Amino acid sequence: MPLITNGHPRSRRGSYPARYSAAGLVRRGLLHQDWPPAWQSHPVKASYDVVIIGGGVHGLAAAYYLAANHGITDVAVLDKGYVGAGGSGRNTAILRSNYLTPEGVRFYDRSVKLYERLAADLDYNVMFSQRGHLTLAHNDSSLRTMRWRAEVNKAEGVDSEVIGPAEIKRLAPFLDVTDEARYPILGALYHPPGGIIRHDAVVWGYARGAAARGVHIHQHTEVTGIDVTGGTDPRVRAVRTTQGDIATRTVLNATAGWSTLIADMAGVRLPITTYPLQAAVTEPVKPFLATVIVSGSLHVYISQTDRGELVFGASVDPFTSYSMRGSFEFIEGLAGHVLELMPALSKVRLLRQWSGLCDMTPDFSPIMGTTPVAGFLVDVGWGTYGFKAGPVSGEAMAKTIASGQPPEIIAAFALDRFTAGTLVGEKGAAAVGH
Amino acid sequence: MILLPCPWCGPRDASEFGHVGEPAPRPDPRTATPGQWRAYLYLRPNTRGWVTETWYHRMGCRRFIKVERHTDANETRQLPSGRPV
Repeated sequence: MPLITNGHPRSRRGSYPARYSAAGLVRRGLLHQDWPPAWQSHPVKASYDVVIIGGGVHGLAAAYYLAANHGITDVAVLDKGYVGAGGSGRNTAILRSNYLTPEGVRFYDRSVKLYERLAADLDYNVMFSQRGHLTLAHNDSSLRTMRWRAEVNKAEGVDSEVIGPAEIKRLAPFLDVTDEARYPILGALYHPPGGIIRHDAVVWGYARGAAARGVHIHQHTEVTGIDVTGGTDPRVRAVRTTQGDIATRTVLNATAGWSTLIADMAGVRLPITTYPLQAAVTEPVKPFLATVIVSGSLHVYISQTDRGELVFGASVDPFTSYSMRGSFEFIEGLAGHVLELMPALSKVRLLRQWSGLCDMTPDFSPIMGTTPVAGFLVDVGWGTYGFKAGPVSGEAMAKTIASGQPPEIIAAFALDRFTAGTLVGEKGAAAVGH
Repeated sequence: MILLPCPWCGPRDASEFGHVGEPAPRPDPRTATPGQWRAYLYLRPNTRGWVTETWYHRMGCRRFIKVERHTDANETRQLPSGRPV
């Protein structure tokens, strides 16, 4: 059987302690055997080579690729809650790479490529469903932006095209594509490789893969301070946590929502403001929605999970906050917008709504790489697009830690771009309604 | 629901307001270094806790007001100096 190594010589599939397989599933089912824990807990050591703050998809992917691609296994991943408790478990699990700038398209395309092989790489079913992604255009200006995006995408080798109402009707028969609608559908950007994934499985798969290679995952371990020495030539020395102090020379800030609070501890200022973003899910209904539907004008994106629930997302709340409480204004506005697109859903009940924190940057692109404090690296500013970038960010940050130099694929996202004036404007493609 | 204490209209729903945010003093463009200019353009404290910030009452008196807000609890209180910016 050929090894699927994702191009990385060290990510051997056979190196896990317990392989998941169909035969194992049948055997354990018949014998009523319990599954062993997917990863072990360890006491917090007094020192680690690398400390990663944030046990979400970014932090765990970085830990996994450090161990799998670079052989660096003396790594601790710290999370003040449980793994995947933040943005990794609160996003709407949509993956795509049809961005606006060449830098963005190349970067997110690498992520989709990694996601395509992730289940085999991690020996973990992440349920990636490449069902196609439709961004609807309700006016001439969004149609122009989509044409622009499609041409950039195609130049970078990404499958992406502007399609007309007839083709939209074929892909999503229940959408009203006549010009009678309140927001008529003039066209759409169609991105066949886009789709949805089980976001918790991605987090657990990376955690299991990293832990199997020797990484320590410390949940419920909150960082309370970062020790920096050196005056004019500052360098990281230690991380203080609620489970004791850890001596280390390399810290990766892979948090979302709290990234500026962690960076402040190291004396690094980030051009980030934190906004909540709310989402909601309905009761399960029979499968009828085969693609992901996004409408910028209506500030909504809709997909149907494998269980039949409809997942709705929106734009960020209109003011900065660290609060993760849902609001009635949001749910009222969301319902109105969804019913504009799909009036047939008027009798479907919402199951729940929730909120996650989005670290917005001035140009809607992330901030990755080194900082003025030696040994303090950042993988932050993930706004409303962090989940889809998890694998490529982990891979690139692992390479940055191993070589001390950010690789080409993230060079455009460096912190110093805000001083140099080389912003990577992704506002037109990063999210809806900004 | 968040109520903002407008000095002219009384407590009103936050959805009537536009969020302007924390004040950022503008440095002199003739003498500012690129670093200072970047700080003015992009760097905000992003405080978790009490902040003093500006809101615009776009669906009410259409004036700018200054309010204290806790960015985690979203509790608000009126500044003693009350009136506007």
